[in-house]
Amino acid sequence: MEVGRELFRVDAVDKVTGRAKYTDDIRDGPMLSAKILHSTIANGWVKRIDTSAAQAMPGVVKVLTCFDVPDIQYPTPGHPWSVEKAHQDVCDRKLLNRRVRIYGDDIAAVVAEDPITAQRALERIRVEYEEYPPVLTPEAAMAPGTEPIHTEHPDNILAHMDLRTPMPESDFQSVEDVLACPAYHRFQGRYATQQVQHCHLENPISYAYMEGGRITVVTSTQIPHIVRRVIGQALGIGWGQIRVIKPYIGGGFGNKQEVLYEPLNAWLTTQVGGRCVKLDISREETFQNTRSRHPIAFDVEAAVDGDGFLMARSCRAVSNQGGYASHGNAIVANAITGFRQLYLDRIGHHSEAFTVYTNIPSPGAMRGYGIPQANFALECMMEDIAREMGLDPIEFRLQNAMPLGYVDPFNGITCQSTGLAECVAKGREFIRWDELRARYQDQTGPVRRGVGMAVFSYKTGVYPISLETASARLILNQDGTVQLQLGATEIGQGGDTVFSQMAAQAVGIPTEDVHIVSTQDTDVAPFDTGAYASRQTYVTGHAIKQAGEQLRGRILSYAREMLPEAGALDLRGRDIVDADTGEALLPLSQLAMTAFYSLEHSVHITAEATSHVKNNTFSFGCCFAEVEVDIPVGKVKVLRIVNVHDSGRLINPKLAEAQVHGGMSMGIGYALSEEMKLDPKTGRLLNGNLLDYKLPTAMDHPELTALFVETDDPSGPFGNKALGEPPAIPVAPAIRNAVLHATGVAVNELPMNPQRLVEAFQKGGLI
Amino acid sequence: MYDIASIYQAVSVADAIRALEADPSALVIAGGTDVLIKIREGKLAGCRLVSIHELGEELSGVTQAPNGDIEIGPLTTFRGVTFSKIIRGNIPVLGEATDQAGGPQLRAAGTIGGNVCNGITSADSASTLMALDAVLRVRGPRGEREVPISQWYKGVGKVDLAPYELLVKIVIPRDNYEGYAGHYIKYAQRSAMDIATLGVSCLVKLSGDKKVVEDAALAFGVAGPVPMRATSAEAAVRGLPVEQAVTAIGKAALEDVNPRTSWRASKEFRIQLVEELSGRALAEAARRGGAAI
Repeated sequence: MEVGRELFRVDAVDKVTGRAKYTDDIRDGPMLSAKILHSTIANGWVKRIDTSAAQAMPGVVKVLTCFDVPDIQYPTPGHPWSVEKAHQDVCDRKLLNRRVRIYGDDIAAVVAEDPITAQRALERIRVEYEEYPPVLTPEAAMAPGTEPIHTEHPDNILAHMDLRTPMPESDFQSVEDVLACPAYHRFQGRYATQQVQHCHLENPISYAYMEGGRITVVTSTQIPHIVRRVIGQALGIGWGQIRVIKPYIGGGFGNKQEVLYEPLNAWLTTQVGGRCVKLDISREETFQNTRSRHPIAFDVEAAVDGDGFLMARSCRAVSNQGGYASHGNAIVANAITGFRQLYLDRIGHHSEAFTVYTNIPSPGAMRGYGIPQANFALECMMEDIAREMGLDPIEFRLQNAMPLGYVDPFNGITCQSTGLAECVAKGREFIRWDELRARYQDQTGPVRRGVGMAVFSYKTGVYPISLETASARLILNQDGTVQLQLGATEIGQGGDTVFSQMAAQAVGIPTEDVHIVSTQDTDVAPFDTGAYASRQTYVTGHAIKQAGEQLRGRILSYAREMLPEAGALDLRGRDIVDADTGEALLPLSQLAMTAFYSLEHSVHITAEATSHVKNNTFSFGCCFAEVEVDIPVGKVKVLRIVNVHDSGRLINPKLAEAQVHGGMSMGIGYALSEEMKLDPKTGRLLNGNLLDYKLPTAMDHPELTALFVETDDPSGPFGNKALGEPPAIPVAPAIRNAVLHATGVAVNELPMNPQRLVEAFQKGGLI
Repeated sequence: MYDIASIYQAVSVADAIRALEADPSALVIAGGTDVLIKIREGKLAGCRLVSIHELGEELSGVTQAPNGDIEIGPLTTFRGVTFSKIIRGNIPVLGEATDQAGGPQLRAAGTIGGNVCNGITSADSASTLMALDAVLRVRGPRGEREVPISQWYKGVGKVDLAPYELLVKIVIPRDNYEGYAGHYIKYAQRSAMDIATLGVSCLVKLSGDKKVVEDAALAFGVAGPVPMRATSAEAAVRGLPVEQAVTAIGKAALEDVNPRTSWRASKEFRIQLVEELSGRALAEAARRGGAAI
């Protein structure tokens, strides 16, 4: 079995030795440097720009401004193109913008012989603005009389949704009636999450040049085929005029599921005669100008009966979209959907969501796509209800959790496998829940301990909201090994390794004999929309399986030509064997050589398949955390923490474990320290660097434990389902619930940083 | 790429002072862990530099003078201070403080002299040097002068050092460390790679029976614009039994500090930290001095 093997990553040695090439390593010819001028206001208009002093500097090739760019608005999110106009992404920005919508908006660019000259030239550009007050919260943006940030949306509301589940067999008229019913325990809560950033190691970087009248862009992206399309849209040229190349990348976590600066870079090269232009975005620019996770505020209510069953819930979520739509309403829509799906409401559910334009740096996709926010609200709520009603928090969750066979009333996504209860049992045992819950009750003193937990569900890919398509190509080499080409991308998650294992499994050869082409070049890579939505092992996995089975069939049919007298044939390891006895009859390498060079019948054995997946399934899991809280100084130390996941069959258990570790780390930062802070007066990002933005260090982590419950999902190509994003989801609420257990103080806002905790403990009378 | 107009590599202290005299707007660079960051940020873009990086023979190392004073060369790295046998044996609290700056890479490059000369209130060595009443020996074209650290800080990022002067020694007088035990608490959001929200350094000298605070020195970083001593807190605990002193010192310290609200932390939060951590620093220092608490 190749699937399930604990193989080293196929790129491990190259990455560890520094041999793996990233965007900045590839080009060895001359390159110009581009730098971007960012606005020093958050809201208003550029009235005039004087570039004469900059343009006159020696070494400056070209200065371009928001008055020079094509008059085309384009979208930036990495969604598949939709053939239905209503489902297409919001086109709300130009390459450089006269209308300033965030502090630091892109208003001009300098192309120079070197980066220092470009930087010095930026400082010589003079800008005149017409300035409006910065609008930083959805409440301020929606207030009557507020200047529209986009004229297309006069009330600054990008989207509003109101969804009620059908209540056919109920005597109640509405969810609100259920909530108000005196027979039930009524719970009300408000939970809010903060804006955080991905903090991938490699900042966005690209270089662009022209060749044969076409534009080539080499870029650090998760979605090369979508980047190609959006460049075409932004420049108003045919998509075939563009070639996008994606080498190894230093992480993305959703930020590079966005077309960030590739269109600008593509345009810049056209403005300097096709010369190669490098656009290397600094960490500070990455914080200010690329995407982040939406701050979302949730007002929630629940009605619970005396047996601890959820009768109805309502959830109103307001998402701060910042200056540009990016992924837009899709994220808060996913949040309210995930909020609803994890638990059953016996009578009904009402959700409402707003996505509101403001002047904060625009959030977009980030690992979990709205679910880390929703799960924080939901799992705080479940804990708080259990506490109010004196219910066991674990039993309360399990008795209400999504059952096997659940079908979502709106999108039809079905629970095709679930190991949630087993996950919880494993986590409970690991953390020694029963013993510690009892031991940590009724503590006194300044330092106290607690245990907490949270569960989650997460869908796999984007069907039926968007198209799910992927293709794979396999090519037999002369020595019996194969080449695997995909449009799906390795972004550090180990995609190339598990793709190789899947191909090996489907063809019937060892993974060591699969050579994956890691780089995507849209001129030759098969079509795939890329790495996001925890989709690739599921959707691309189906394409690999189909192509592998095709290749296997073609090899066996050629084997039949070579071995006409033999019995039933099979391909095992590196040989064509007798299917019944297992006797090796013909080395695959000999078959391959014959197929290539036979004077009777030469054929290049290849296979290519597209999987159009019209299915989806839920992953599950939980987090258990034990914490120590130093109350007088507001510090939380995570002593032990475990995530337990049901992601179906694991393709590579070691890589799966590593994936979970990374997600848990992101969850710890989300819970305790990370937050983008803005100056309320100007809208300027105050902590857009890795000193002031408190990403936890190795020293801030306990040992991270990842455990699994392997179900066999009938819809997955190899029984597998989503694992990419889920590990980041349940950590923050588990830690919050542990702090609640330790101190009795419920913190309903993230992050639970020292100042916020000290304030909460003072309010709670603990200090 | 760094925007540096020029860099002069000095070959001796005298040579460096000559170069600075010839170009008073030039900046001294030693380990580079502050200067390069400011150049990258643009604050010092296009600057001219005089490097003292290669003057280790004259400016690096920790020695003990015949009179027992401990002399630290300003070019000694944080790591060099932490791992110095003399520091470990006599003033371990200072080595612990320098071991909390940044991360391992920074501590191998950044120098204690730079930490003192950049004049910032969050410098990890500064509050302990304040508590120790260090003396800073400065050399200029016309010879040397000594500045007590209490007179050193002139404002945010400003110290008593002329453009053509170099810090050549940090001296810890014997009387200021002998018989004292100390503890430094760096309070930051992260356990590494961070700047202090508050730095608290406490030295204590106990009575022979280890029950009474004979003398205490309490110093803060980030409780004001420059590192500072909490003199009224020190006076308040002198002569008190250790446990009483630990209880009293936090409230007393509030008389000495006047922290401000910034986006990094509120005044109220900083006050809570001053009160809580002063007591913790004194308690741990006393414990190290032999007190049974």
